[in-house]
Amino acid sequence: MSVAVTIEAIEKRFENFPALRGVSLDIQPGELVALLGPSGSGKTTLLRLIAGLEEADRGRVLFGETDTRDLSLRERRIGFVFQQYALFKTMNVADNIAFGLRSRPRDARPDAAEIRKRVKDLLELVQLPGLDKRYPSQLSGGQRQRVALARALAIEPRVLLLDEPFGALDAKVRKDLRAWLRELHGRTGHTTVFVTHDQEEALELADRVAILNDGRIEQVGSADDVYDHPATPFVCEFLGEVNKLPVKVVGSQAFFDNRPVLGGLTQNQGGAAALYVRPQHLRIVDETPLALPGTVEHLRRNGPLRRAEVAIDGLKKRLDVDLASQVAPAIGERVKLRITHGNLFAAA
Amino acid sequence: MSDATLPTAAAPARRETGRARRESRRVQFVLIAVSLAFLLFFLLLPLATVFVEAAARGWEAYRAAITEPDALAAVRLTLLVAAIAVPFNTIVGIAAAWAIAKFEFRGKNLLISLIDLPFSVSPVIAGLVFVLLFGAQGYFGSWLQAHGVKIVFALPGLILATVFVTFPFVARELIPHMQSLGSADEEAALTLGASPWRTFLTVTLPNVKWSLFYGILLCNARAMGEFGAVAVVSGKIRGETNTMPLHVEILYNEYMGPAAFAVASLLAGLALVTLVLKTLLEWHYGDAIAASRRH
Repeated sequence: MSVAVTIEAIEKRFENFPALRGVSLDIQPGELVALLGPSGSGKTTLLRLIAGLEEADRGRVLFGETDTRDLSLRERRIGFVFQQYALFKTMNVADNIAFGLRSRPRDARPDAAEIRKRVKDLLELVQLPGLDKRYPSQLSGGQRQRVALARALAIEPRVLLLDEPFGALDAKVRKDLRAWLRELHGRTGHTTVFVTHDQEEALELADRVAILNDGRIEQVGSADDVYDHPATPFVCEFLGEVNKLPVKVVGSQAFFDNRPVLGGLTQNQGGAAALYVRPQHLRIVDETPLALPGTVEHLRRNGPLRRAEVAIDGLKKRLDVDLASQVAPAIGERVKLRITHGNLFAAA
Repeated sequence: MSDATLPTAAAPARRETGRARRESRRVQFVLIAVSLAFLLFFLLLPLATVFVEAAARGWEAYRAAITEPDALAAVRLTLLVAAIAVPFNTIVGIAAAWAIAKFEFRGKNLLISLIDLPFSVSPVIAGLVFVLLFGAQGYFGSWLQAHGVKIVFALPGLILATVFVTFPFVARELIPHMQSLGSADEEAALTLGASPWRTFLTVTLPNVKWSLFYGILLCNARAMGEFGAVAVVSGKIRGETNTMPLHVEILYNEYMGPAAFAVASLLAGLALVTLVLKTLLEWHYGDAIAASRRH
């Protein structure tokens, strides 16, 4: 049922604004892929292109071996869940879900009893049994989202496309639905692409994440891949908090302020570079050959984490340090920081 | 020290808000009274006068006035003109609203201004334009005459003038509503495999049905009541090109006041029916209207 989606060198302009500038992406059958990026990065345009709601200026999208440029919207058979759900306000839940089946040409249309059964099954699948007579205005946000999903699944789509599926929901409902969607995908196995600007959502939910910026894909990979080995500074910054340290690379060591701070480098790119270090990869240590001396200037609590802001001599911006131990340093205390992991990018 | 001063500081403040509330109530009363008085003298009183005058000579005279052949012809003609002009304007109005709300194209703002044109042009001018175009001395006059087509001083002219004057009603009701709805519902229907026509019938039209109905109601009321433009192209041939408003004027000019008011009461009745329908619509379907306007 589910097919591979191949996106080949897509280019798309709106007026004078280039929305997509040569995007290619291979999606395996049954895979759950997130398109992640800031607003204006082209992620929604890419999703609408896969759906056939936009036309590419150049490049093409394949479903399996089929070039989708030859397919009508109906023939594409995609399930699209819109950001605001776009439920039909004048129809009840059952009619909304049955809409796609009833829209089929007469010879392919199931009979009324069959449609009723399918609606009932789908309502059970999305855990809303008994709500078939309600109107969309009588549903909560989370329920609407599930109805929209059931409506999209009703046509047995080859590809499921979700535009900011949790964007309009409050934080608690988001978390619940996320886990539920992951589980639903495991059960139904549709090739699924969803758009989000929330990196946490993308990393948690997707098999692979494609990070878009300015109309281009910066990196594609599993959550671990992109988080631990970001290909570009943009990916590194977009996926989570990060400290930037201007360093100079000599041999296998990185130097800050003529002091070695990180060793064992394998990338042999000598000269000026930027070292990106996440707060959890900075540790306060007693003594070590590779260490950054600094002063604790501020202490914060961020949910379960405690964080210190440490001023480093010769660096304007204070470094964020996640505190691993229960013993917090005092404000004003001199500490030494060791970098346990960092990503090095050539200085721009 | 500060404890002692607090209550005295708070008390005048409370008195202030009390006075403010009293004053706002007075303003409210004055505004309501002014509005009511205005409605009474300028809207309700004239309307009541029509019915009072129409009934002044008793039921028999009233019946005679509205069943007289010329009056019946006028009623028939008015209904015929409305029956053609209103559906026409409904269809074109939906098309124009659809184009403006769902598509981006060059000249869109010009189109929006054009839709409003009939409201800003005096109906008399609208009538004159058609005489100038299709009249005996008009641009197409000789050609039309040669082919035996009569537009001015005949039914086609009346319909043209009515269509012109009443065009904006449906489109203007629909455009803001359709714009606020966006295209997501239609896109959803299309991705679910519906044909464009089915999408229009089952999604677009139901979404805007109350605005549409309201627009048609207003369009119809104006189509039946239009005087200026129709007066110019009609030629006022009794029993042939006289619509109800024209008939009322002729009767009145011939000092047949009661008859004029009798026919006028039919027109006024139409206005009341429109008003009642609109109110009923809002009462019964207020929730549905609100729901379909949400999102």
